[in-house]
Amino acid sequence: MTSFLPPSERIWWNVPVGKQEIIWIGIALVWCLIMFFMMPYWHIFGKQNLSNEAYQTTPEKFQAKVDEMVEKYKVGEEAGIPIVRPPAGSDIYLLGRLWQWYPIFELEKDQSYRVHLSSMDWNHGFSLQPVNINLQILPGYEMVVTMTPDQVGEYGIVCNEYCGIGHHTMLGKMYVKENY
Amino acid sequence: MAKFRVCPDTGFFFDKSAESLMKANAVAGAVALLIAGIMALGVVLTRWQEVHLLPADLFYQVLTAHGINALIFWIIFFEIAIMYFASSTLLRTRLAAPRWAWAGFALMLIGAVMNNVAVMQGNSSVMMTSYVPMQAEPHFYLGIILFAVGALIGCFVFLGTLVIAKEDKTYDGSIPLVTFGALTACIIAVFTIACGAIILVPTFLWSIGYINHIDAEMYRVIWWGLGHSSQQINVAAHVSVWYLITGVLFGARPMSEKVSRSAFLLYIFFLQLASAHHILVDPGISSEWKVFNTSYAMYLAVLASMIHGLTVPGAMEVAQRGKGLTKGLFEWLRKAPWGNPVFSGFFISLFTFGFIGGITGVVMGTEQINLIIHNTIYVPAHFHATVVTGTTLTFMALTYLLLPLLFRRAMIMPWMAKLQPYVFGGGMTMMILFMLGAGTLGVSRRHWDMDFTGAALSFEYPGTAYLMMAVGAIGGVLGVVGGAMYLIVTVGTLLFGKKLDQSAGFLQSFGVPLPASAYNIDQPEQLPMAPRVVEEHGSAGFEAPGTFVLAMALLVCFVVYYFINWDYLASVWPLS
Repeated sequence: MTSFLPPSERIWWNVPVGKQEIIWIGIALVWCLIMFFMMPYWHIFGKQNLSNEAYQTTPEKFQAKVDEMVEKYKVGEEAGIPIVRPPAGSDIYLLGRLWQWYPIFELEKDQSYRVHLSSMDWNHGFSLQPVNINLQILPGYEMVVTMTPDQVGEYGIVCNEYCGIGHHTMLGKMYVKENY
Repeated sequence: MAKFRVCPDTGFFFDKSAESLMKANAVAGAVALLIAGIMALGVVLTRWQEVHLLPADLFYQVLTAHGINALIFWIIFFEIAIMYFASSTLLRTRLAAPRWAWAGFALMLIGAVMNNVAVMQGNSSVMMTSYVPMQAEPHFYLGIILFAVGALIGCFVFLGTLVIAKEDKTYDGSIPLVTFGALTACIIAVFTIACGAIILVPTFLWSIGYINHIDAEMYRVIWWGLGHSSQQINVAAHVSVWYLITGVLFGARPMSEKVSRSAFLLYIFFLQLASAHHILVDPGISSEWKVFNTSYAMYLAVLASMIHGLTVPGAMEVAQRGKGLTKGLFEWLRKAPWGNPVFSGFFISLFTFGFIGGITGVVMGTEQINLIIHNTIYVPAHFHATVVTGTTLTFMALTYLLLPLLFRRAMIMPWMAKLQPYVFGGGMTMMILFMLGAGTLGVSRRHWDMDFTGAALSFEYPGTAYLMMAVGAIGGVLGVVGGAMYLIVTVGTLLFGKKLDQSAGFLQSFGVPLPASAYNIDQPEQLPMAPRVVEEHGSAGFEAPGTFVLAMALLVCFVVYYFINWDYLASVWPLS
């Protein structure tokens, strides 16, 4: 009767709270704090964190960096897209555009690469499968993530941010090979 | 001067203009739900890869229309109706500025139509989020802006009504808890609409050429102040409705006014920070900002939801035990009116919102875990558990309650209404669970073809992902059937239901007031404070032990699932 009537006590905030609610609030609060501190904990002890490194850029500037890298380290081609084998530990550049990820990388297992990502036009979603790493890629922003592939294989890069009518054809690739 | 009528069954007083506005808003909401539901069928039947019904362009168009009609138009029209109910009807007061309220309604209607026309014309398939620099037609944005202005007027009418009630002393003591919850929703709505205006007005100007650039990241940060916060209006609104339903069905009183109201207050302070959930894997945003905001400042809004999760069923349990259903832990629940769609809709909503929507939301909103979830189909799975089995099912349950009171019609086909929450809730839950699974396997949201037909390169999802999408789609079809059942019952009742009041004709179902003679009360008596409860049931130990066990079960699921996801994260490539 009273959830939709004014409280039965004029000074309702002085009515003591039941034991059950106090215990539950205590438990819930502890859990909330645990969840909160898990995030900084993982920043210190976990291995999967994003850097805060990002730069403002323009499509032209970013394209130039990609082209320079492709020219230097190109080792082949697949479906008209260059395959690039950059040296371990280097800065590598991946661009997303309507509707393509460019270029294809061939990386070495257990080596780290500073991956720079940007979009030439609209929002895109970098979704590396089946590892399932997902990043938001924006035009005008260059995001830097250090990745250390720890399993050899052939990976797909799905675009998982809607980018127009050809969105579902925007599929890239990445190879991870044993140390050569 | 006679303005009010009294509902002979419940004793609620309806102000003439408030009553018409509630009907008009609820009906407009139902129309939006109808459109959203038809679109939903197109979406699920296309994402079911073996069926793959629609061509790509039509799929993206239909998905855009589905999102906007379901998440914005249906829910906000209905929420305006709830706000008028929670202010004017519950407080026995006249509605402030009814002409303004009608103007707001007209703006919302014009905006909703305009936006739908833009999407149907085909050049605005930009999804609900309409991220720049992808561009829609100008009237796509203008429609949403007009709708938002109309909703803002509705918010101020609600606030004005609270002021009038206080001035006129139409109630004694403090406003009821349900009204307090609606006030929470209103405050969040004002914040939401402000964010929408800040970003969509420039975007509109950009679409007609007056502004040449809008930063893509700035758009996302501010747009989510609209996109996510609008869903927080829902949370506050449907929690209020939960309290209302337990009050009406069981005569339940809040276990503690202080605790429940403090939880709403936590919503006002912290809930909106969750807009950050969408920005967790974006460039240029610092980890400190992400951690603080994504956790609603140390999960204080999660704490609030966990409190409501205890106090809503707890209030019901205390009331049921008071009626003698004291056997064991769960007799109060077992012997609840499961055949009454008002109850079953409410309880399924409470359960799925907490166990599925709540837990998955917190897990994927964890800064680092978001890396393995962002933009996968896990995300729509989560928000269907909050907005569909949570908010929408709650509003459906409330509709069943209001049909006789507000519309003065007896429900047609009660057997269908009885089944409806189970079909709708069950189907949607099935869809949600399998979409969660498919998302964990990396299946993308908003994607026409998981076979990537026409792509230069190739990639294959595992067979399990296909299976999950198919089973999920079957659940989705069931959900659409459940939605259709709701509309058949409610619209059928408005048109053909037995008239409980001889003057409740066809037009009266859509907002035209009853004849003047029906409103024969000038001003109802002052709303009294709730009667004091002399005797506490089971006050020696826990008041609601069954609910406490359920709450602990929720916590255990929560903890286990949370750490499973950390474990999954630990298995992906090291990133830094």
